[in-house]
Amino acid sequence: MNHGIFEKNSLILLIGILIVVSIGGIVQIAPLFMLSSTIEKVEGMRPYSPLEQAGRDIYVREGCYNCHSQMIRSLRDEVERYGHYSLAAESMYDHPFQWSSKRTGPDLARIGGKYSDAWHTEHMRQPTSVVSASIMPAYPHLEKTPLDYSNIQDKLKTLQFIGVPYTDEMIAKAAADIEAQIAPDTPAAKELLARYPKAQVRKFDGQSPGEGVKPTELDALIAYLQMLGTLVDFTKFDASGPNLR
Amino acid sequence: MSATAAVKPALSNALAMGSAAVFAALGVFLAINGVDPVMNLHGALLALASVLALIYIFTHQTDERSGYLDGPIRVATLAAVFWGVIGFAAGDFIAWQLAFPALNFDLPWTTFGRLRPLHTSAVIFAFGGNVLLATSFYVVQRTSRARMPGRWSPWFVIWGYQLFIVLAATSYVLGATQGKEYAEPEWHVDLFLTIVWVTYLLVFLGTLWKREEPHIYVANWFYLAFIVTVAMLHLVNGLSVPVSFLGTQSYPVMAGVQAAMTQWWYGHNAVGFFLTAGFLGIMYYFVPKRVERPVYSYRLSIVHFWSLIFLYIWAGPHHLHYTALPDWAQTLGMTFSIMLWMPSWGGMINGLMTLSGAWDRLRTDPVVRLLVVSVAFYGMSTFEGPLMSIKAVNSLSHYTDWTVGHVHSGALGWVGMVSFGAIYCLVPWLWKREGLYSIKLVEWHFWLSTIGIVLYITSMWVAGITQGLMWRAYDNLGFLKYSFIETVEALHWPYIIRAVGGLLFVIGGFVMAYNVWRTVRGDQPVDLKDQPRVAAAPELRGGVVAVPAE
Repeated sequence: MNHGIFEKNSLILLIGILIVVSIGGIVQIAPLFMLSSTIEKVEGMRPYSPLEQAGRDIYVREGCYNCHSQMIRSLRDEVERYGHYSLAAESMYDHPFQWSSKRTGPDLARIGGKYSDAWHTEHMRQPTSVVSASIMPAYPHLEKTPLDYSNIQDKLKTLQFIGVPYTDEMIAKAAADIEAQIAPDTPAAKELLARYPKAQVRKFDGQSPGEGVKPTELDALIAYLQMLGTLVDFTKFDASGPNLR
Repeated sequence: MSATAAVKPALSNALAMGSAAVFAALGVFLAINGVDPVMNLHGALLALASVLALIYIFTHQTDERSGYLDGPIRVATLAAVFWGVIGFAAGDFIAWQLAFPALNFDLPWTTFGRLRPLHTSAVIFAFGGNVLLATSFYVVQRTSRARMPGRWSPWFVIWGYQLFIVLAATSYVLGATQGKEYAEPEWHVDLFLTIVWVTYLLVFLGTLWKREEPHIYVANWFYLAFIVTVAMLHLVNGLSVPVSFLGTQSYPVMAGVQAAMTQWWYGHNAVGFFLTAGFLGIMYYFVPKRVERPVYSYRLSIVHFWSLIFLYIWAGPHHLHYTALPDWAQTLGMTFSIMLWMPSWGGMINGLMTLSGAWDRLRTDPVVRLLVVSVAFYGMSTFEGPLMSIKAVNSLSHYTDWTVGHVHSGALGWVGMVSFGAIYCLVPWLWKREGLYSIKLVEWHFWLSTIGIVLYITSMWVAGITQGLMWRAYDNLGFLKYSFIETVEALHWPYIIRAVGGLLFVIGGFVMAYNVWRTVRGDQPVDLKDQPRVAAAPELRGGVVAVPAE
């Protein structure tokens, strides 16, 4: 073929480029919206509770993904160090996904439940107080900053719009649910648990709970960290399929 | 002047002022009604920039010059130097943070997590982007023998892009981010960039349409592929829905594995098209120009171009080996990454062999040495990349500093040095000087950079392979041998060596800034006799000077 066609017509060159650079992406991306292995639903997965989602937003805001992955690869040492390899379904409600590409710190995909709230509180206040050789920055301001959840309804609505299965009831109760998740043994907390099974209800940042106590940013972040990787029950999980619902 | 000739500038002035007024109004609106401080700030910045633009256009309505439009290129060249020094310094600062975490200062705005995107965006988009804007506008005009179209559009591209940089940088520090590597800017910044980028594409295409040369020169193929592909990547990966149209926060449309695949389709081709195709355009113009030899092989450049842009797009999944991405996609990514080695080295050979018959320039002209060593680093990185994309190798290298080292051998060695070479060519050419202020300082810059890069990549090989092996080490009872923190402690000295290497690179950047500043100021070169004839602006060399056809 005479290459002169492309060299003498900028529009043909442009169209040629567009065709050539489109193929790879179409082949690799489009099927992921259809294949069962990438869109399967796994028992236990649910949208984040409003407090967890608010914590996740802080996780994104602070750029935690620059040093922490949330993707356990199917390699022996990783599974032994961090737990069951990550399933596609486990990040299906993650907008944005936070798999990350670097482990300056450890993987966090299953950090939930591994350490106590008190440990996390100390760790955020001053990482070296619990891990003496840590090179993580300190985040002492999180426990002093009240969580701004004035727009939590809008956030959930936006997520619902892009496909996270929040019900209208979940959206209507979003702000109440945030307050409920730091108020254990209240009727509101019971309601929250019905909407978000396995949600953990307590004052996460070490302050005492009580009526009118407002959540801090640290409450939200720890609520998020403590639920990471805990939704799927891997004692019942079978990769060959019966767990699919 | 005929009536129609007078109407056209009046129309473009009016359109430019109208657009500036609309942007100014939007800025004021957002500054007042934005629901978070970042949006208020961005509204104010947009308004300020638009008002300044409006005033400038209003006071410069009659200034209609002929010849090539070089003003925007000068601005982009200086901006590249300015952002380059800032971006390198930011990178070195966060490198020291990893060795000495007290440098995070316990403040939200200075943590590694917020400053790392600042560094990556500053070097890739601010430094690299301005180099690409400057060189592409320079090259497309010269090789087309045509002036860029539009009285104000090229200026909007350049200054709009600077505003984009400021908006993005302030976002990160203040905590407004989309949380995707190299695609951190929030939705409103993404939208603004889209407007700038489409204008860029139109100005570039418009120059090609006006060309007086029958053929589109090979460098322009690469620039065009870079511009349109980056537009495609940016639009698809940036799809997101704002929580409020008056606020900065948004949620990306895609989640989980689809988002991961799309992100690394974007991310790897930010490397492939922003940092490779665009800079290959630089190679294909500045290497032949500087050594005064034609490109080695025309046929090879055709094969290089089409195979490179076709294969690159497929390479993204090598960032996702052994993850929840299906195996077939991982294998495709690996296979195409390995195949990509061939066009990469074809391009490298085409660049290097252009020196045929002029190899002595490597010894006598440090600018040529920057250009050639950059191509050598390109060859090294594009060999290391396919190697690391092999699943077995990747299982060790992924998540470690080996990847960071690999990126920097490409970014500092290839992108950095080819940019420095192009800037050292451009500055005397654009400001009509006899040569650079000092070629000796270029020599210094070259060695500072080279030694800095060698320290950087060797320490990161040590860090990455050490940590990768420690993560998978077992003791003789079959337990994991090291806790995670032990593998972090092992990296302390490599981190210090890396930061020292980075410091040398930063110092090199300052040396360049000084040299450029003295040249631009018009100071008499201190070592003109050591500079090749081609260092001088074309007008000052004697002989025929290309001018745009009218």
